[in-house]
Amino acid sequence: MRQSKRFEVLDRRPINREAFVHAWPEVGLTVTDSPADPRPSLLVENGRVTAMDGVRRNDMDVIDRFIADRALDLGVAAEAMSTPSEAFARMLVDINAPRDQIARLAGGCTAAKLVDIMRHLNVLEMMMGLAKMRLRRTPANQAHVTNRKENPALLAADAAEAALRGFAENETTVGVARYAPLNAIAILVGSQVGRGGVLTQCAVEEAVNLRLGFKGLTSYSETLSVYGTEGAFVDGDDTPWSKALLASAYASRGVKVRFTSGTGSEALMGHSQGHSMLYLEARCLLVTRGAGSQGVQNGSISCVALPESLPGGVRTILAENVLAAMLNLEVASGNDALASHSDIRKTAKLMCQFIPGTDFVHSGFSSMPRYDNLFGGGCFDSSEYDDYLVLQRDMQVDAGLRPVREEEVLAVRERAARAIQAAYAGLGFPGVTEEEVVAAVIANDSRDLPDRDVVADLAAADAFLRDDRGLVDIIRALDDAGFTETAERLLELGRQRAAGDYLQPSAIFDQQFRVLSAINDRNDYGGPGTGYRLEGERWREVQDIPQARDPSAYLEGQGDHPARRLVELAPATRGTVAEVVIALGPGYGRALTETIGGIPHEAVLEQLIAGIAEEGAWARLIKVHHTADCASIGHVGAQLSGSGIAIGLQSRGTTVIHQADLAPLNNLELFPQSPNLTLESYRQIGRNAARYARGKPVWPVPVNIDNWARLRLIVKTMLLHRRETEQVDPDRPPTELHFDWEPEL
Amino acid sequence: MMMRYPLRDDPHSQVRTRTGRTLDEITLEAVRNGEVTLGDLSIHPDTLRAQAEIATQAGFPHLGANLRRAAELAQMPNEKVLEVYEALRPRRLRYEGLLALADELEHEYGAVENALLIREAAEAYRASRLA
Repeated sequence: MRQSKRFEVLDRRPINREAFVHAWPEVGLTVTDSPADPRPSLLVENGRVTAMDGVRRNDMDVIDRFIADRALDLGVAAEAMSTPSEAFARMLVDINAPRDQIARLAGGCTAAKLVDIMRHLNVLEMMMGLAKMRLRRTPANQAHVTNRKENPALLAADAAEAALRGFAENETTVGVARYAPLNAIAILVGSQVGRGGVLTQCAVEEAVNLRLGFKGLTSYSETLSVYGTEGAFVDGDDTPWSKALLASAYASRGVKVRFTSGTGSEALMGHSQGHSMLYLEARCLLVTRGAGSQGVQNGSISCVALPESLPGGVRTILAENVLAAMLNLEVASGNDALASHSDIRKTAKLMCQFIPGTDFVHSGFSSMPRYDNLFGGGCFDSSEYDDYLVLQRDMQVDAGLRPVREEEVLAVRERAARAIQAAYAGLGFPGVTEEEVVAAVIANDSRDLPDRDVVADLAAADAFLRDDRGLVDIIRALDDAGFTETAERLLELGRQRAAGDYLQPSAIFDQQFRVLSAINDRNDYGGPGTGYRLEGERWREVQDIPQARDPSAYLEGQGDHPARRLVELAPATRGTVAEVVIALGPGYGRALTETIGGIPHEAVLEQLIAGIAEEGAWARLIKVHHTADCASIGHVGAQLSGSGIAIGLQSRGTTVIHQADLAPLNNLELFPQSPNLTLESYRQIGRNAARYARGKPVWPVPVNIDNWARLRLIVKTMLLHRRETEQVDPDRPPTELHFDWEPEL
Repeated sequence: MMMRYPLRDDPHSQVRTRTGRTLDEITLEAVRNGEVTLGDLSIHPDTLRAQAEIATQAGFPHLGANLRRAAELAQMPNEKVLEVYEALRPRRLRYEGLLALADELEHEYGAVENALLIREAAEAYRASRLA
């Protein structure tokens, strides 16, 4: 039981729902530097590795062997292993050390050597390393597209929206395994409706996944999980060689391959052998390289909560990404699975990849609410699109997303839902109803969709997977139903399968279906002024979020109807009676005619004068021309007031009660939060000023304090003040005003 | 000599589909006329070898090796590919079985690189009692 109310509040914070533990290396609960981790070493005899990281060939497990025989570049190994790790680490942040030179040397490093290099880098240095080492020059992003009802209209609509929003890859999976071909088709069609050239995949068991590839339903696959210990690998029912064969099998059917690894998986599977998570991940990355995968999805992925429970976990996850890029692998850098209850923590972690840029900043940004995410994912989801777009705009960072308008989103969602409806009809699948189409267009999640006949769907899925129909039949069905453009885009994907350009590292297609990869869009970062810069047309696009308005709109209506009851007279003189001077700013009632809170200037004056009269004092109005500063306006008024009391009033509504013998920046009462002032506040300000003038005791006017008002209204404040400042005439003395109105008492 | 990349855009690359057609022949009109098969949207072994060469020259030799193995598998029926993958999973075949599979791939399909991979696996599996 807490005694402190403040600690009670802290206890309720989302961050305190996480699990935090101290390191326990013996069971694999440490992100780096386990006592069991080997020191870097490599012995090569007659062109063959005879010992690596302290293990002799006869004692090697299958992973050691695979790395020794397939992954290491023995041509540079001697140079790489003898380069001091600190010098190597410095190269990563040295703009004079070219990317490709570092990648060449990294190819000769053992797992322990790679980890030793990371030991010398802090998070900032790793981020600089990642910016330089990532393969593709242009950053991109990947979306998850799934839903609990596995509804095809919703899958297609979400895929189309994700494509429109800029994702270069869309990934789906299944709740019920047999749905695989249907879900693969739904996002394939939906994605091409949204934008031609978006790559798609369906994450399912490898043999089924390969069959989807054979049929041309998917264009990439990142399901190929690898592990850093033999026990974990075999529990995953694979070996490095079977994964290497699988990688070739996918490529042979024109499917881009990306392996998956990440810290924590071995520990979670009970096979860490007491090694640190980063050491085991380095082994995974070498297996990935040796198997010839063009890239990897890493950054802990589904195990992310495990390293994040440990000290240094987020730093280590970033180190994984850097190591992968150093090894010349495309990196889809995590930020997919739920990693934290805390929005602060998850966003801070995201910055490690968002700011440097990676090939895919997320290896699955949930394009629908995390409720519908079947990957256990949704670290970021569709409810956070606007936050994300603002982050891109704030930092001038390209993380692959583009602002969209509701109308265009609805249009592509409807086209996609109707396209999959047509494809289903053409393929003889259980129909997609009009009700499903209509619901899918406007849905937030699958609870907005009717249920489908799952038994009939699965029967259709089984039959389709068995027979020899595939991509061509889908193209024909779309074309027959008049979806010619979508059919043509699917056909172009087919031609691209035959050309194979997107099998190269980090390949994506841009809006014009042009391939961008490490071959023709190689990262050329070499310090300030080089590499990818968010500028030109793309920067204009990122800036143009729908919420951004024309700032001049804040001035609409101001000054259109000057206060006709307010008449300027001769220069003002000092008064002699018990009066309160109301000193107005230079724009009051003329260039500006209402306060920031929208109260007409004349109504404010009526309340001030009525309040003064209620307390038995006279009100006299003057206009100050030589300053727009609230304190100065009040102070000038006080000097002219017979009682020495004045109310200073800026046109935007900011008010002060001043007294003649106070310093200009001092005051009796100040009301700086003009948006919170009401007609009643102004009346009370009038009453108080009169009581000061008559020497009566005064209870300061209570005002609403809303510190957020400043955030919301700061642009309007700035623009109103600028207009008032424009009215300043430094040489003109204050003038008397006549206000044609009498209070009724 | 550096190949022209992307091959899709290179008029001289002579990219042929698995069935030997040029990409220009693969039109929507041809689909309508029932003249396009899945094989027409599949990659030819020669194209995979060309991509392997591009990868290797650009500093990605491991990917190059993978694409050369892929070129060998491209000739193989789907079911055979699945069978080979299944056979390479842990504890499916004994050492001798793996060697026999390697021989079969080499002699029946000319899959020299894949045979090499399988023989290497056989040695490793035997040492770790996975075969």
